[in-house]
Amino acid sequence: MSNTQLVPEDKPLVIAGVEYRSRLLVGTGKYKNLEETRQATEASGAEIVTVAIRRSNIGQNPEEPSLLEAIPPEKYTVLPNTAGCYTAEDAVRTCRLARELLDGHDLVKLEVLGDEKTLFPDVLQTLEAAEILIKEGFKVMVYTNDDLIIAKRFEQMGCVAVMPLAAPIGSGLGIRNPCNILSIVEELKVPVLVDAGVGTASDAAVAMELGCDGVLMNTAIAGARQPVLMASAMKKAIEAGREAWLAGRIPRKRFASASSPLNGIFF
Amino acid sequence: MKIILNGEPHDIEPDVTVSQLIEQLGLAGKRLAVEVDREIIPRTDYAETRLGEGARLEIVHAIGGG
Repeated sequence: MSNTQLVPEDKPLVIAGVEYRSRLLVGTGKYKNLEETRQATEASGAEIVTVAIRRSNIGQNPEEPSLLEAIPPEKYTVLPNTAGCYTAEDAVRTCRLARELLDGHDLVKLEVLGDEKTLFPDVLQTLEAAEILIKEGFKVMVYTNDDLIIAKRFEQMGCVAVMPLAAPIGSGLGIRNPCNILSIVEELKVPVLVDAGVGTASDAAVAMELGCDGVLMNTAIAGARQPVLMASAMKKAIEAGREAWLAGRIPRKRFASASSPLNGIFF
Repeated sequence: MKIILNGEPHDIEPDVTVSQLIEQLGLAGKRLAVEVDREIIPRTDYAETRLGEGARLEIVHAIGGG
């Protein structure tokens, strides 16, 4: 599926009991066309790919190719989202339709928004939706704030992954609050993925260097001048950040520490 | 007979089933999900589900999203 190689010391990412080699999850929105979507998704090496659920266009050319032909569920784990939902009720309804659409596939990305300008999550509505969905057997990957207490609550409820934002959706601002992300990573046992706000490859690497289990992004790739090239850059950044985290970075020091030995100096 | 299809008024013959409507719309064989009056209709029930006057139908599919 993915051409990503695992570092020998690394373990695969496990979400709801399924192993993935790629720690980059990508969205499929904002691309110029389906061919670009297909190429960028391929270049990213992602195995989990998000989609949105919307009304079918009635009266359009039925021969027009569909997203799931470019991103076949036989090749990718299709992760339907609840983007655009502002209430728990709408989010639950969307997930039920998605499960029917994908033949009972029950892994979903839950997001319930609370504000149109920031697209910040409405955490209370998200909690309500998560509770219903988990009861109905859905495996919930939840988009939330970078709030440790809420993140723990989602884990206790039985969410299969907790996905705090790095910055507002589509903003490209990068990780605004690395200390909060770090606290969440340290305290949770379920996978923690940064979802939203990544702008470029270094942002993705930072998320992985903090110890995140993965990163989910869309606009940073689809909105780049060359999306396919950015997808490839993101793949490498995720791998580099992961390796750096496994390797263990040096502590930050205020003053210099010479790299060349001081003994043996002849001048 | 009028129904509401994806939020718009739509004329159908009386007693049309969900599977006939999908066929007429050129959507047969596509990956879809269907809701009638807020109830999901499983694919296996399309042929037996007849649409009544004023039924509110939603036909959805997957599109690009993040």
